Amino acid sequence: MTAMTSHKTSALSVNGLVKTFDVSAPWLNRVVERKPRQYLQAVNDISFEVPLGGCLSLVGESGCGKSTVARLVTGLYRANGGEMRFAPGEDGKPLAAQMIFQDPYASLNPRWRVKNIIAEPIRELKLRNTAAEIEERVVELLKTVGLSASDGDKFPHEFSGGQRQRISIARALAGEPRFLVCDEPTSALDVSVQAQVLNLMRKLQDEFGLTYLFISHDMSVVRHMSDRIAVMYLGRIVEEGETEALFAKPRHPYTQLLLETIPNVKDPHRDRVVAGGEVPSPLKPPSGCPFHPRCAMATARCSSELPAVRTLAGGTRVACHLVTDE
Amino acid sequence: MTTDVTKTGAAARPGLLKRIRNSDVWWSFTRSKSAMIAAVILAVLVSAAVFAPLIAPQNPYDAAQLDMWKAELPPIWEPTGEWPYLLGTDTQGRDMLSAILYGTRISIVIGLFSVVLSLLIGMTAGLCAGFFGGVVDNLLMRFGDITLSIPTILIAILVSTVVRQMLPDDLREIGAAAVLVFAIALSSWVQYARTVRAQTIVERNKEYVQAARLLKVPARRILAHHILPNTLTPVLVAATLNFGMAILTEATLSFLGIGMPPGQPSLGTLIRIGNQFLFSGSWWIVLFPVIQLCLLVVVVNILGDWLRDLLNPKLR
Repeated sequence: MTAMTSHKTSALSVNGLVKTFDVSAPWLNRVVERKPRQYLQAVNDISFEVPLGGCLSLVGESGCGKSTVARLVTGLYRANGGEMRFAPGEDGKPLAAQMIFQDPYASLNPRWRVKNIIAEPIRELKLRNTAAEIEERVVELLKTVGLSASDGDKFPHEFSGGQRQRISIARALAGEPRFLVCDEPTSALDVSVQAQVLNLMRKLQDEFGLTYLFISHDMSVVRHMSDRIAVMYLGRIVEEGETEALFAKPRHPYTQLLLETIPNVKDPHRDRVVAGGEVPSPLKPPSGCPFHPRCAMATARCSSELPAVRTLAGGTRVACHLVTDE
Repeated sequence: MTTDVTKTGAAARPGLLKRIRNSDVWWSFTRSKSAMIAAVILAVLVSAAVFAPLIAPQNPYDAAQLDMWKAELPPIWEPTGEWPYLLGTDTQGRDMLSAILYGTRISIVIGLFSVVLSLLIGMTAGLCAGFFGGVVDNLLMRFGDITLSIPTILIAILVSTVVRQMLPDDLREIGAAAVLVFAIALSSWVQYARTVRAQTIVERNKEYVQAARLLKVPARRILAHHILPNTLTPVLVAATLNFGMAILTEATLSFLGIGMPPGQPSLGTLIRIGNQFLFSGSWWIVLFPVIQLCLLVVVVNILGDWLRDLLNPKLR
């Protein structure tokens, strides 16, 4: 689709993805209070490509639709429109996606032993045949993520958050996916543990040739992990480009604002542009550009006309009236 | 799978007793006097009921063993009391102690089975309502609401009368216990259904269930292996507390004359019979079954309360 990704094969290409949630009040309330049905446009006409063996990050504030995209990609939600295409794997079938979840306390069944948690994908997908083979594979996976074989007999509550996230990763790997969707895998962890988990994920990416769709609101984490970054705002992608290009020269005012939020060790007391206002409700999205009520540079055109997505010279795609190709 | 099972089994077996003694439950138990006393009393009551044929001086169901000359004897410590009638006899010469032991047996069995049956109904309804939501949820839960809006005892009366009329005459005596179990279960399943439904909705949206869904694990297996075990704790507490309630409901129905027949009396039946002699001075015919019933229910409730406090994470 874009100049940058066309020469590489993409593991996943998403085109015009739309997801609407029906958040209407129950039928009786609607009738009594004469309220119309209400729909929430969580994901609005999103297109992106994830390069094979690479990592695309989706960033944005809470409620901008990042996690919805993750759940659409893995098939937990069904899209209302648009198309998703996984590249065929070595066996010709489309790549299988597995997911690493945000909350390490909710993502492991508290009543299962760790070895059974990790063995579940192997058993369900029938990747190994005998009990001995499954056990062997579980031990191998535990070691891959830096846990010991004896940890398999423990229950999830005996582990710390970082260790649980490692178990989560082991479970995701157990399904032998080529594609991993990571929904804020480190946001619930301590900063020091975050780094360990992120490094583990990078190591696994190299080792198994994994492709990541990485979702985060933390710009420094994203910079560490990704090849490309897509910035989301209110269900739309406002800017998408190579990581370094995006950090060096953010084009969209919202991206600039996000980069301002990264703490700078060398200059902790620099003047920052503070974001005015709040994210508008996706139930009543503003007219025109969704960012215009908070944008310092907004013009009359921004409030009336939705900016089209344009591809700039460097391969960056951006949706803003004010950005010029220079 | 087989190696898996034998391995954990072998590891668990020698240490089972030790594991129990090291557990939080045991620790809390040894530190709660009321729970310990209640457990001891319950153990005595239950074992006396279970071994009633060995302990009781008389089989109260066997008319041949009843001696009309020994009718309405007072307890043994009264001047006219006679051995072996420790707690006296009723108007048909039936030994009160034997009748109470056999009656407790019936009460406990009916209580237990009705709780198990209503657990089965309630948990199935709650799991389906919570997991599938939508129309299934609405249908099941509105039906539950209707059930709850009618007093428990009224439903039990309704069900037991209707079912009894449907049974052929010769089955009524034998089927009385089954009818009671059915009636009590149908009047008390809603509480379990609501508890399980609420917990299911919480668990359904947790990420470990989504992880299972990603693997396309069928709904039935997700419910059985992932959700059900995580809804059990509050339900088991409710079941313990409801065991006492079920015994009481059974006693009430029997007291009203629509429960166990006088030929195989439960505690409620004994109280109903004894009630008629209260003013003739034969107080022991009603008092001892009442004490036994109270003791049983209070002890079960104390244990249930203790279990609830123990398993409530907010009180820990």
